[in-house]
Amino acid sequence: MSLTVENLVKRYLRRNAVGSEEVFALRGISFTIRPGSTLAVVGASGSGKSTLALCVAGFEEPTSGTICFDAAENAKLDANERRKKRSQIQLIFQDPASSLNPRWKVSEILAEPFALQKKLSGDEMNHQAHILLNHVGLSRSFLTRRPGALSGGQRQRLAIARAIALEPSLLILDEALSALDCSVQAQIANLLVDLQSALGMTYLFITHDLAMAAHLADEIAVMAHGEIVEQGPAEKIVMQPSHQETRNLLSAMAHLPRAMPPVPERP
Amino acid sequence: MDSRNRIFIVTALYFQSIQALPVISLTPARNITFDALPHRVSLVLPTLVPQHKNRGTESTTMTAMLAVHDLCVSYSTGEGELHPALVGVHLELQPGEILGVLGESGSGKSTLGTALLRLLPRNACITRGAVVFEGRKLLQLTSEELRQIRGQRISIIFQEPSRALHPTMRAGQQVSRVLAAHGINRKKSLREKTRRAFDAVFPGETERFLESYPHQLSGGQRQRVLIAQAIACEPSVVIADEPTASLDPTTQSEILNVFRSLKKQLKVAMIFITHNPALLVGLADRVMVLYAGRVVEAGTVEKVLTSPAHPYTRALFQSIPPEIAESGNSRKAKLMAIPADLSQESLLPEGCCFQARCTEKMEVCSAAEPTLINLGDSQSVSCFKYTH
Repeated sequence: MSLTVENLVKRYLRRNAVGSEEVFALRGISFTIRPGSTLAVVGASGSGKSTLALCVAGFEEPTSGTICFDAAENAKLDANERRKKRSQIQLIFQDPASSLNPRWKVSEILAEPFALQKKLSGDEMNHQAHILLNHVGLSRSFLTRRPGALSGGQRQRLAIARAIALEPSLLILDEALSALDCSVQAQIANLLVDLQSALGMTYLFITHDLAMAAHLADEIAVMAHGEIVEQGPAEKIVMQPSHQETRNLLSAMAHLPRAMPPVPERP
Repeated sequence: MDSRNRIFIVTALYFQSIQALPVISLTPARNITFDALPHRVSLVLPTLVPQHKNRGTESTTMTAMLAVHDLCVSYSTGEGELHPALVGVHLELQPGEILGVLGESGSGKSTLGTALLRLLPRNACITRGAVVFEGRKLLQLTSEELRQIRGQRISIIFQEPSRALHPTMRAGQQVSRVLAAHGINRKKSLREKTRRAFDAVFPGETERFLESYPHQLSGGQRQRVLIAQAIACEPSVVIADEPTASLDPTTQSEILNVFRSLKKQLKVAMIFITHNPALLVGLADRVMVLYAGRVVEAGTVEKVLTSPAHPYTRALFQSIPPEIAESGNSRKAKLMAIPADLSQESLLPEGCCFQARCTEKMEVCSAAEPTLINLGDSQSVSCFKYTH
């Protein structure tokens, strides 16, 4: 699915002592993602990147501007068409612990999207749940567990399995790797790359980790104060940053000394 | 302790236990929970083996300001089982030194930070070991003696700054309450010491932030207030448990700079707990890598970060995306992930704790548990690769 966002504005009203003031979370955002590619949106906290995710996913109504999926303008669709479209767009949040119902078994969590969008029999749902778990690298024995009995990485795999249940064409990842340990981040990043090539999904990858953005994305858009200040191919943004905000983000990144030397000698 | 006080404490404990992490900001309101410790400690102490048998290390600890010997902590689960969280941890901290403790979730790194000050949750117990701080055995102290040390001699900073501050108290007041709790009562010296702590974390902007309420502060600024609380009494050790985990990279690098300047100016020793090895560059002097509650590798920062020896440390460093300058041709290539994760299933009852995920596993690894051996002067590792 291609996603085109044009001149997107989101304004919130903040109440204060004398009435209310306008706060602009997004001030005219425009970008296009080609089908099957990844756009990373990076920025510091408060730059508006999560609001962008919520607007694209349809959780927030934009104040003005257009969001088009495959050239169909979202605002002009009727309720029924929008509902259908929505199954094509899935969102994965930063914290899988709070986005999964702790009282549900894994099998119930995975059945929910099917129950909402397709009428499947119990057997078919079970079959689908097995396929999904297989996709994200979890064994069948997980079906009877609850999220509390899973590790952070396993929970995020489950959240991904649920998100891809309806074969979406756009996956919005809102800081989906940020809460995970380095070693688990690498596993999930690899999983996302595999799923993208297997299922042809388009990713909108929202993060504050420029290194991961450079690794996963084809294009990077840098946001600051509700605007995109710099956008382009990933290599160009990180190798020749032109905006000060990008340089700030690059210089704030902590690095390991590179080039792993040979294993030390035995004593 | 009268009964009314006790009810209050039980409530305070309850509130503390429903939060994900027990937060100590050292304001008096929280200090009351310290008084509750006799209850908790009574759960802990009887199981304590008074002395560690191997006294061979005693001589080296004479110089160390803080020394931990063979510390073992277990959590009891609902079914009455004991799950080990720390297994035989040794560490030594010299005055003014920063020790980085590196580990992923479940490695026991936060348990270590809280065990040193006996702030463990109620279902945890210290089953063995000793903590010696400036010649005193912390695990044997009474709660009142320990209260004198907590916040004054050893303080701790937790990762969630929004939970640790009182929402209706000005930042300056929250810092001076820590001082007041440790016996500084004269207004003038309270003001001076609070100001000095703020000067260290908000250089040049002390006035503005003394009078701020937490809601007026950003995440990074709140973290600075917590650091000010931690250093207010000029402690000799600060334990920082993932102090930058909830911050974005720009703020994170600012807070790291605060820690670097503390190291230079105050010469305070620190235990810096993190899951991100890159944060230790230019900050820590030594690193200790924890895996499944065991020290798998330890050494100077230069050694461990540039030539890691344990297969786990090596795999961990390789799983981090390469530096951008080099990533041009490897984009979307596979990162070197460690298979599976640190869960109970990957911990086999016998042998090395990392064997289930190790790519260099040998036969001996499933038969016996390796012990730390020295690789030269400045690095030690617990892996059979270096003994067989």
